[in-house]
Amino acid sequence: MEQWNLAALEEGESGYVESVSTHLALKHRLQDLGLIPGTRVTCMARSPAGDPCAYLIRGALIALRQTDAREITLRPAHGQGA
Amino acid sequence: MAPCVALVGNPNVGKSTLFNALTGLHQHTGNWAGKTVDVAKGAFTWGEETVTVVDLPGTYSLQTSSPEEDITLDYLLHGEAAGVVVVCDATCLERNLILALQVLEVTGSVLVCVNLMDEAKRLGVAVDLSALERRLGVPVLGISAGTGAGMEQLKERMAALARGQWTGEARPAASPMERVHTAQDYARQAVDATPTPGVRRQQRWNRRLTSRGTAIPLMLVLLAGVMWLTVAGANLPSSLLSHGFDWLGQRLDVWMGGWHPQIKAFLLDGVYGVTTWVVSVMLPPMAIFFPLFTLLEDLGYLPRVAFVLDHAFQKARACGKQALTMCMSLGCTACGVTGCRIIDSPRERLAAMLTASLVPCNGKFPTLLALITLFLVGEGGSLVGAAALLGVLLLGVAATLGCTRLLTATVLKGTPSTFVLELPPFRRPRVGQVVVRSLLDRTVFVLARAVVIAAPAGGVIWLLANLTVGDATLLAHITGFLDPLGRLMGLDGVILTAFLLGWPANEIVMPVMLMAYLAQGSLVEWDQLAGVHDLLLEQGWSWSTAVCTLLFALFHWPCSTTCLTIYRESKSVKWTLVAVAVPTLLGVGLCVLVNALGSLLGI
Repeated sequence: MEQWNLAALEEGESGYVESVSTHLALKHRLQDLGLIPGTRVTCMARSPAGDPCAYLIRGALIALRQTDAREITLRPAHGQGA
Repeated sequence: MAPCVALVGNPNVGKSTLFNALTGLHQHTGNWAGKTVDVAKGAFTWGEETVTVVDLPGTYSLQTSSPEEDITLDYLLHGEAAGVVVVCDATCLERNLILALQVLEVTGSVLVCVNLMDEAKRLGVAVDLSALERRLGVPVLGISAGTGAGMEQLKERMAALARGQWTGEARPAASPMERVHTAQDYARQAVDATPTPGVRRQQRWNRRLTSRGTAIPLMLVLLAGVMWLTVAGANLPSSLLSHGFDWLGQRLDVWMGGWHPQIKAFLLDGVYGVTTWVVSVMLPPMAIFFPLFTLLEDLGYLPRVAFVLDHAFQKARACGKQALTMCMSLGCTACGVTGCRIIDSPRERLAAMLTASLVPCNGKFPTLLALITLFLVGEGGSLVGAAALLGVLLLGVAATLGCTRLLTATVLKGTPSTFVLELPPFRRPRVGQVVVRSLLDRTVFVLARAVVIAAPAGGVIWLLANLTVGDATLLAHITGFLDPLGRLMGLDGVILTAFLLGWPANEIVMPVMLMAYLAQGSLVEWDQLAGVHDLLLEQGWSWSTAVCTLLFALFHWPCSTTCLTIYRESKSVKWTLVAVAVPTLLGVGLCVLVNALGSLLGI
């Protein structure tokens, strides 16, 4: 099965972060924002072009580009099925 | 020196509002773009004591991967502060605690101040402050800086902190992962959230302002609305001011009665004329535009603009935050250039700086508006004027994107950096504070700078128009010399000279032009537009002259202040010259093109 990632998250859908394999600078920035493996992330909005998207991360709305979001793999949120 | 306390916090936690509420007007660095990129210092008094407050830049971390973080960590380690106040956002406490924990690993003399308690309540978020205090092991205080709730207690605690009465132990160092987990634990124990209708309203508006279909139209409507209010609202006060200055000028003329006529003319027609012209034309639109802009900023709308426009900037290989610096440039290009500090990648920051002057600033509005009213829309009223101004503005945005792409494909090649942008919750702006602060920080600041430049410039222009060398005035020599180049661009020597002399401030371009046309060394009455129209027609202006002048007003070298700012920010003569070349070449190119097309089609 192909890895499910942040970029594939539909608006309103949630998932739990499995791994963050972006380059180091972004990985650190995301850590500062509290995005580490195990964190619940919800896609809240898509920009008109579909990229970037805004994600709810620990109570804050953070915009990320899709190229970066693809580097963040997810496992399904509890209660939403596999 | 008074004992000192530093403010540290994430961006968008209301730290600047708190700093202003604490120190009032007793502060040094005005923080322009709402972003505290410089370290601002202020003071307040508590009883007999004076406490200095240092507002450190908003930051997510102390890991030193950006200049803001460098400044913050460096200051905490080596600065003069006796203690640190970590400002947190009650509506987003968990994320804020990550930074608080990091600060606590550096020093134990910390007070945690949970701001925006009122917002949190509205959104159904309850924070158990004493539970948090027990967990963190340092004092925790809840406040609402906007309304002033809890401020007295905060001042009292800060005074104690500054006296060194609270010196706790620093926490043992933890890994970033551990910190996030600790923050999560603490937040779970201290925060209780039950979503209210307010939360759903936030989400609804967020969707409207960012999604396909509604985002772009709403953005254009907002922008057009701001333009219309600025244009329509400025008319009356502008003409009142201009009449007032006329009246005062006549009184001065009488008062100067016996003075030498030349000196009198130099002072009244030159210095006084140009200065008052700049004030009466600039002040009203600025006094309307800046508060409106600050209101949108306070509301939390501007990051949404960056979010919506990021895709276009991504295609231009630049950063979406450039949309924010573009918005700032709309007010004042120099401020937009300083604002580029919010862009992390040096390459993308430079791209934003070099293209900053392609968006028309407030100082260009009067010229653009006058040309639009005189030649393009006629007396169509302020609505048509605002629409045309919006069109000109969009042309500036298109040029920004185009030139950015050109730069990133040539001299600024490199891999695109990442784009991480927080979209803060919409907040009810404090209208009163917004008006006062934007008037003080922005309007007066920009106006003062313009006046300081306009006064001597007015004198110089008068001298040029009145000193005769050979058979003509100096001004006539210059305009004659520049005439062939001007004609090639669809302008004439006078227009080009006006732009050159307008280097210190774009606002004086129009008055210089009219002064040279009249060749009598004094300004015409600006509110008689019909008279100006006839004068320009008499001087051989055609529709194509107006279009070329409009284009050149939009795209030419940045003003002297902007050039200086670009040099200060880039620390490079080369890049400053590129910043001058980009808009100039674009403007000259477009003008030559339009002129050639015009004569080809026989317009």
